[in-house]
Amino acid sequence: MTVHDMKHAASDSARLEAVGGRLSRVDGPAKITGAAKYAVEQRLEGLTHAVLVGATIAAGKVIGIDARAAETAPGVLAVLTPDTIMELKGASDWLGNPPAQPTYAPLVRDVTFSGQHIAAVVAETFEQAVAAAALVKVWYDEMPAIVDLSDGKAGDGIPIDAMTKEWGDAEAAFAEAPVRICAAYNTPREFQAAMEPHGLIARWQGDELTIWEPSQWLDGMARTYAEWFGVPFENVRLVSPYVGGGFGSKALALAHSAVAAAAARMLDRPVKLVLNRPQNFTSYGGRAATRQTVAIGADRDGRIQSIVHRGVNETAVDGMWVEPLGSVTSIMYATQNFSSRQNVVRVNTVVPGAKRAPGENPSAFGIECAIDELAYELGIDPLEMRLINYAEQDPHAKKAWSTRQLREAFAAGAEAFGWAKRSPEPRSMRDGHQLIGWGVAAGTYPVRRAHGEAVVKILADGSVVVESSSIDMGQGTYTILAQTAAETLGVPVERVSVKLGDSHFARAGVTGGSRLAGVMTGAVYKAAGQALDELIGLALSDPRSPFQKLQANTLQVRDGRIASPRGEGPELSIAELMSAVGRDRIEAKGDTLPASTTAEERYKNYTTIAKSIPHTEGDYSRYSWCAHFVEVRVDEDFGTVRVSRVVSALDSGRLYNPKLAESQWKGGIIMGIGQALLEEGIVDRRHGRIVNGNFADYMLPTNADIPDIQTISVGIPDPHSSALGGKGVGELAIVGIAPAIANAVFHATGKRVRDLPITLEKLI
Amino acid sequence: MRDFSYLRAGNIEAARNAAALPGAMLLAGGTTLIDLAKCGVAEPSTVIDISHIEGLNAIDVTADRAVIGALARMSHVADNPQVKNLFPAVSEALWQAASAQLRNMATIGGNLMQRTRCPYFRDPQNFPACNKRAPGSGCSAIGGVTRGHAVLGTSEACIATYPGDLAIALVAFDAEVDLGERKLKVEDFFLAPGATAEQEHDIRPGEVITAIEIPGSAAARRSTYVKVRDRQSYEFAAASAAVGLELEGDGRTVRDIRVAFGGVATKPWRARAVEEALKGQMLDEETVRKASELAMEGAVDHGANHYKIALAPRVVVRAILKLGETA
Repeated sequence: MTVHDMKHAASDSARLEAVGGRLSRVDGPAKITGAAKYAVEQRLEGLTHAVLVGATIAAGKVIGIDARAAETAPGVLAVLTPDTIMELKGASDWLGNPPAQPTYAPLVRDVTFSGQHIAAVVAETFEQAVAAAALVKVWYDEMPAIVDLSDGKAGDGIPIDAMTKEWGDAEAAFAEAPVRICAAYNTPREFQAAMEPHGLIARWQGDELTIWEPSQWLDGMARTYAEWFGVPFENVRLVSPYVGGGFGSKALALAHSAVAAAAARMLDRPVKLVLNRPQNFTSYGGRAATRQTVAIGADRDGRIQSIVHRGVNETAVDGMWVEPLGSVTSIMYATQNFSSRQNVVRVNTVVPGAKRAPGENPSAFGIECAIDELAYELGIDPLEMRLINYAEQDPHAKKAWSTRQLREAFAAGAEAFGWAKRSPEPRSMRDGHQLIGWGVAAGTYPVRRAHGEAVVKILADGSVVVESSSIDMGQGTYTILAQTAAETLGVPVERVSVKLGDSHFARAGVTGGSRLAGVMTGAVYKAAGQALDELIGLALSDPRSPFQKLQANTLQVRDGRIASPRGEGPELSIAELMSAVGRDRIEAKGDTLPASTTAEERYKNYTTIAKSIPHTEGDYSRYSWCAHFVEVRVDEDFGTVRVSRVVSALDSGRLYNPKLAESQWKGGIIMGIGQALLEEGIVDRRHGRIVNGNFADYMLPTNADIPDIQTISVGIPDPHSSALGGKGVGELAIVGIAPAIANAVFHATGKRVRDLPITLEKLI
Repeated sequence: MRDFSYLRAGNIEAARNAAALPGAMLLAGGTTLIDLAKCGVAEPSTVIDISHIEGLNAIDVTADRAVIGALARMSHVADNPQVKNLFPAVSEALWQAASAQLRNMATIGGNLMQRTRCPYFRDPQNFPACNKRAPGSGCSAIGGVTRGHAVLGTSEACIATYPGDLAIALVAFDAEVDLGERKLKVEDFFLAPGATAEQEHDIRPGEVITAIEIPGSAAARRSTYVKVRDRQSYEFAAASAAVGLELEGDGRTVRDIRVAFGGVATKPWRARAVEEALKGQMLDEETVRKASELAMEGAVDHGANHYKIALAPRVVVRAILKLGETA
């Protein structure tokens, strides 16, 4: 029975509510009016408050804790220390690997980074807990810390063989190349800096745990809690109705999460724990600091003969984070000879983590600056340079691209920007004291795919409910799932309500790697299709249905009304039909997995990333692509850089909602401007401590720093990437912005700044 | 709980009496006090709310002088047409300070009392040593992260930068602060750290700022405030300059000039050497550049803030030449 035929149009849909329509965010009014209740805003009977005590050294041992003053302070219910906190079991990691240790201690005696949690005070009120936490005295046996990658004690680090990518003979080809450039590019420690801080409320009812916590991955985090406390997965309910920004930081249950849940268990009272702003810089990792050298050998026509790439990222003393620095290097340009290797170096920091486009972001900074340097070396236009070396297939995987609209992106971006009018010489464009520079860079992000499930309910009144444990952190899940259900079912979008952020709903994997929209639109499309089939089936076959005597093969639903395709016979609203056939609901659960998938495999699919589908699976290599064109103004006396124009052309395949996709692209571009010019975690080298862990001193762009940004969609539906033809959106646009700005700064000033951020003292 | 008592002062006498209590701090707009209390720097035993005192928010401007009540909001002063007309540097300094939300709350008196942004000063838990907070405990900043620290007016006890913008313009134009019993030049009201970094202002227990007074002058009428900073808004100065200029009838010779620096010194920094070098001189770029270098005589950097020594004179040059162009 074919009752629905979705048109996969590349252009915006004429209808707002259809997939591809520019529907405004359905959760927008609730957020603007303050009606949206975030996870830690729940008001619970008997709620208590926990405040953490952090290490003031970066390395060493806790040799004593005096909690007496805190314990006797007004309102204090408990002071948890490594000695008094309940024992937790080790939890498997996000790949599903079993725990390395049988137990897990979220409060530590062995300190490996400044700010690490040592103790926690739980009190009746937040103010009491804050005051008492300041009374906890800690004695340390301090040891020398390795503060960062440039620390003399840091060494060369550990080779990560899995990151090695090599073909041809890169070093020999580089040595023989007529034109060579080689340079080092550094990016600092950066932070996700979500407006909503990390935090949670934990409540136990018997052996059932409810956690209200902002989350990018309810099922994965619920699994971790279940394993820590040795309770069945089904006993843990995670609730995360809205997320005030995650950018990669909110996908895992963290040490502070464990402390709050343990405190709630020990006290048998609900516990709220919210990290203060400085703690948000030390309780979970931002983007690791990176160092790269990129060597490119080319012929005199600019054709690349070899790329030799070496990368290093920092990781923690007691945790491993690999920021894949060769990820863009190995695929952006065609070359016969290539070598990329990477080490990680342990330093005394909280283990670094995912920040928007981990890997691709710093990787692009290296290769996209290096190719710009090569272009100037040869006197070739930087845009032409990129086209000369255009990769017609994936040079690493040696597979065809599923779709690669990068050439189209270069053309559309250059046209809109006016690139042809560029004066090629550095320092050749100015406006009074302002040196003007134009820069270009490309970006890319792989299409990460996974599976999800969704429940679609058609209720007696004809309204529709979509349920999924996936989340909306501002990227628009509520909206595009409503559009998908509305279009598939043929109902007005305002009759669809989407419920997300509850781990007891139909399951979903991680919201990360720009995969959620592709996964969940597919799941909702399937579930809604099943519900529609059931609805039409009822209408055609139920003896109480007025359509039953029509003897028709099918019916169609438009604007919530059911009729035969050619309009003969009756026309009923969904509610009228439901009433006629005596049903109060139709419910369908759809997922994107093969029917043969076992329960255990399904669990793994949603609670680990082990089952993610490689982007080079099968015959194709799947990526999103973009080209950024940037104008900067650099004050020749002051060295201040301001971005005055951005035009970006992007290929994210088919857009489910262009308005929301543009918003995400612009968010990525703005974050990239911050990365290029402002953001840097600054460490006091004597103490191994971040000294700018707050929003006044950790610089993020203000509105005044952001010019008009023009985004152009050049994508076409990519059937190999997702059910509805979309590719990743959220992470793509940050990739390539920092090198585009650095390249523009070089064009403006003739100075090549290879260390981010590009602050004024580097230019005066 | 850190308890404190809250007193609402109905009039200025009540405020002065309460301000004499040990551990008392005044509350007006609250933008500094609440911030410092949150990071554990301010721990008042008594908070005296002066924001309800009548008559302290007047802005009275004539060609002779501007009198600005201590409770006038930054945004109101910045937007006052007379201030814009007769004291443009004052208005511009305020517009470029803080954020719109803060300017709507913060008062002029409180603005003068804002504390340094030195990260070591603001983090007592991790950096107990700070001569400003705990006299004699040492300076955590020296040898640490010093990109924002001062190069002028520093001592072995303290290198913290005075963070404000308004006071730079006030110092340039010989403004006075009215403390009731006495009036002080704003320049003398702020104290360089010397050996007593904890003493930032010449204000005694029981004294309350009621107003600032700025004498009118030709230099004040032709003045500007240039602020260089890492981002375009809501950020403290890497270096700033308040400059006022009066030219002779020839339109080229300097009769009077005022130069003060922000973002580079431990207090609002009047650069008299620059002023003296330019008085009577023809206003050309070369002369201005040479004279501006004089401002950095005696400057001491701590590594990461070295750039300020090169930057600050360029800011003055830009400000002077901008005023010269508008002749």
